[in-house]
Amino acid sequence: MTPAAFTGQLLAFIARLITGAQGHWKGCPPKAEQRIYIANHQSHFDLVLIWAAFPHELRAQTRAIAARDYWTKSALRRWLTTEVFNAIYVSRTRANPDEDPLEPLAEALANGDSLVIFPEGTRSSKGNPMPFKSGIYHLAEQFPHVQLIPTWIDNVQRVMPKGEVVPVPILCTVTFGAPIQLREGETKADFLCRAREAVMEQRPDPTLVGRLVEAD
Amino acid sequence: MHWLKSLNASEQVALLFVVLFGFLMLLTVGLFLNSLRERVDEEARRASELTWERVRRDLRAAWIGGCMFWVAWISGPLGATLLFALFSFLALREFITLVHTQRSDHRTLIVAFFVLLPVQYMICGTRFFDLFTVFLPVYGFLALPIVSALTGDPQRFLERNAKIQWGVMVCVYGLSHAPALLLLDIPGNTGRGAFLLFFLVMVVAASQIAQEIATRTLRRRPVARQISRSFSMRAWWIGTVTGAVAGLLLYWITPFKAGQALAMAFLTSGAAGFGGLVMKALKKDAGVLYWGNRSSITGAVGLLDRIAVLCFAAPVLFHSVRWYFQLPLGYR
Repeated sequence: MTPAAFTGQLLAFIARLITGAQGHWKGCPPKAEQRIYIANHQSHFDLVLIWAAFPHELRAQTRAIAARDYWTKSALRRWLTTEVFNAIYVSRTRANPDEDPLEPLAEALANGDSLVIFPEGTRSSKGNPMPFKSGIYHLAEQFPHVQLIPTWIDNVQRVMPKGEVVPVPILCTVTFGAPIQLREGETKADFLCRAREAVMEQRPDPTLVGRLVEAD
Repeated sequence: MHWLKSLNASEQVALLFVVLFGFLMLLTVGLFLNSLRERVDEEARRASELTWERVRRDLRAAWIGGCMFWVAWISGPLGATLLFALFSFLALREFITLVHTQRSDHRTLIVAFFVLLPVQYMICGTRFFDLFTVFLPVYGFLALPIVSALTGDPQRFLERNAKIQWGVMVCVYGLSHAPALLLLDIPGNTGRGAFLLFFLVMVVAASQIAQEIATRTLRRRPVARQISRSFSMRAWWIGTVTGAVAGLLLYWITPFKAGQALAMAFLTSGAAGFGGLVMKALKKDAGVLYWGNRSSITGAVGLLDRIAVLCFAAPVLFHSVRWYFQLPLGYR
């Protein structure tokens, strides 16, 4: 086992120990198809969590997105993102106006890889996710055969609230919903709105718990 | 019986495991064959399939429990302590997930998980039992609200702290007494701690099963309908007395005389029975029916449901044993 593979296993193990990292495949099976997972983003921990929730076989070909300026600063960060997570670097600032920030993503999709995208662009601390950025619309337009899987990561804000460094062990779930696709003639705004609603639909309903039939 | 007494402690323990696993094996094979029996009509087959499903779950739990017990024994003090520390960690994780802590509890939770829990088990593993019994109720009790106060959030201060204190007392303090029983050296009983833990588990299991059967068959008026629609005092008595009798029948594997075993088993199973009720009240308060509810908001695994009664029974047995044998303070 290479050091990178070992580190990956170790990180997944730690994430499971702290959060349980349970993947609930409600709308689709965990299959090695080409997919784009679009998820809500509440914490730095999200990526490791969603990655740990995948079965081992899916991890290698499911690639996350890392901000180039932040994740190439030190050798360790670069090693983590390239060797362990096999992430795709995206520049947050454009060097010249013609550069397409989505190009590396399109390249990865053309290679047959799957992606994990947090379309809010940044972390949201309040309950509902912020409006989605348009990147996923362009990708859905360019790659109509790739399934978009709405994904909800629950409870993770309790594990590591903004400003804290040590995670607290609290159980989290990752719910994967039924795939959505860009409809014929759907406008960008409509699609982004629909995608956001699909992600929010995956949120486990806490009121359901109280309505269970009493087993006692 | 003479033959049994001629064996040394570790041979006796080995025999205990042979008997335990042999019994489990017979039970599994028997129930499996029974499930294969041809059922004539559709109705009976469906019913038997459902029963088998449930029985299989219980059997798996029993096997896992048996294997854990064995692993705890062969791996010695260190292994047993680590194993139960892991259980405590998972149980506390489940508890904290479902009682809904606030953001400002973050630091307090870090102290509970990463300071109090490891220290308690470290004390347990080194058999420093006089500190072991007071570390959480005295020092932990004071440390948690101090950390909480330092974060400077007065909102629902008492409630927030009470939740965490409770989780720590049940999941860490209570459960840590199980490996402590394994490690407790009683004069004349050295190296046979496994029997004490076995005694605890068997007594609790017997009383719980009896109480369960009693509630199903008796249908008495529940004492606390809002909390549990099934718990009645009559069922509790039946469970407790059954546990006590089970303890009496097992007295020969413990350092106790028959009467002492009966008394201790009575206390232990009584505590377990009421402990189950208390945990139910906690669950109702948190708005869940099982700690690991299947449709889960959190994906909890339901560990707490299985070990909660043990968390209440273990400290009672541990204390009464130490008190009865008058083990001096600081006795290792």
